[in-house]
Amino acid sequence: MPLSLEEVQRIAELARIGISDAEARSVQVQLNDIFELIEAMQKVNTDGIEPMAHGQDLELRLREDKVTDEDRREQFQSVAPQVEGGLYLVPRVIE
Amino acid sequence: MLNASLKELFAALAQKKVSSVELTRFFLERIERLNGALNAFITVDPDKSLAQARAADGSIARRDAKLLTGIPVAHKDIFVARGWLTTCGSKMLSNFTAPYDAHVIERFNSSGAVVLGKTNMDEFAMGSSSETSFYGPVRNPWGPDCVPGGSSGGSAAAIAARLAPAATGTDTGGSIRQPAALSGLSGLKPTYGLVSRYGMIAFASSLDQGGPMAKSAEDLALLLNVMAGFDPRDSTSVERAPEDYARDLEKPLAGLRIGVPKEHFGEGLAADVGRAVEAALAQLEKLGAKRVAIELPNSGLSVPAYYVIAPAEASSNLSRFDGVRYGHRASDYSDLADMYRKTRAEGFGAEVRRRILIGTYVLSHGYYDAYYLKAQKIRRLIADDFGSAFGRCDVIVGPTSPTVAFKIGAKAADPVQMYLNDIYTIPANLAGLPGMSIPCGFGGGGLPVGLHLVGNYFSEARMLNVAHQYQLATDWHRRQPPGI
Repeated sequence: MPLSLEEVQRIAELARIGISDAEARSVQVQLNDIFELIEAMQKVNTDGIEPMAHGQDLELRLREDKVTDEDRREQFQSVAPQVEGGLYLVPRVIE
Repeated sequence: MLNASLKELFAALAQKKVSSVELTRFFLERIERLNGALNAFITVDPDKSLAQARAADGSIARRDAKLLTGIPVAHKDIFVARGWLTTCGSKMLSNFTAPYDAHVIERFNSSGAVVLGKTNMDEFAMGSSSETSFYGPVRNPWGPDCVPGGSSGGSAAAIAARLAPAATGTDTGGSIRQPAALSGLSGLKPTYGLVSRYGMIAFASSLDQGGPMAKSAEDLALLLNVMAGFDPRDSTSVERAPEDYARDLEKPLAGLRIGVPKEHFGEGLAADVGRAVEAALAQLEKLGAKRVAIELPNSGLSVPAYYVIAPAEASSNLSRFDGVRYGHRASDYSDLADMYRKTRAEGFGAEVRRRILIGTYVLSHGYYDAYYLKAQKIRRLIADDFGSAFGRCDVIVGPTSPTVAFKIGAKAADPVQMYLNDIYTIPANLAGLPGMSIPCGFGGGGLPVGLHLVGNYFSEARMLNVAHQYQLATDWHRRQPPGI
């Protein structure tokens, strides 16, 4: 089922990626080619097959609820686009 | 020094025939001279490298050498390294100086290795040609108009042109093995979970695995000894007793059962690649291996399933690049949503945007069962195929890539053609199995052909044994590009 232009624009909005109409049209063609490739999956009967989320059936480890890392806020914020007083700055969200 | 193995370099350093500073300068000088044409490195920082080399020389003088003391190693620019620009081949991270070291970088540092530089790659490791980098395409030393493969193409080109003795790579769908094949090298993707993903910028977390790239299987074994090991900071790191991956290198191959999957020798395989792989199978038989015909019936579904699972995981992983905590931020915007949209449209290249869109779609409301869940069920079928096959053979052998290196630009406009490059390598990622590629001859245009080996879980030592015995009997891995 080919993707419409509107669907491409909706997905781009969900992914928070700005897209022009011209770009959306060329992406639409490429995505539909890719989905044609992906459609091959639908021919296979997978009834009763257990989905495999991971390369191995691993159990998640648990650890004690203890602080294990030191405070590296300054170091990590040194690479941020905009910080002030230890906080990350973004455009105003609440008026 | 140009063609020396890591063992030989280590011996030369120990015997004071060469110092680490001299060795590091030798490779830095080659990078300075040849990188302009190849574009294999994004960042070199001679001061940092030479400081590590001087420290290594001090350790050697104190007779305190570790596994790799004094040996320069290049790192794919997906591994964060403290104080180094770490871009992942993207404009999004073109201003990102890493504040910490990846586990893999820590392991190399504590083994005494010198960081020689950061290598070019497809943006966020999404590609099979190293053409999608923000820093421009990498060229293949075997044919300057050709791609080196990808996404670890900078590491591959660097070793092939002898700009580095060894390098790291990462492999989500073939990104170590395919460039190793196209650039005439040896490369190993370990069992999922063997090498920590901590500090390895995430693409598709259930598939991503770091591994070594080098001139020979013997070198790979030594590098894997450094890279592998449990790390509590990676939730899928495997807790196992340390192994010496070089322990079985010298074992004879008599009695080895090599599984040959008919699905990997059919339509789509170029004749020149097929011939070289057949000759390699005959060589392995001469060394005492027995050929067993096997079937991987769902192998053809690996590309479709992969292009659901990998983009789905990528769309989630790459949501962290929003212009707030690190990396690129658009310069003007009206509000927060606009800042996200512009930052991500500007910071990501076309292929990365495409994959985020695929992933967003397959995870979106109403499509999850039809795509993501379906792909996960097919993933199970593919893993089960391997399970049955390993009941009948010890290692699966075939071609790494359907063709030799293709021309730069030849597939760049057609994503589906590009994706099919990884048709033989993707199944091992989906199943979490170890895979490797070693040189096994040449095809059209004098370009290298890679032999693909897939082993059972944690059978790296056995796979390296097979590869090493093959390399003792052949000299394909010793060939170097003309003019190098």
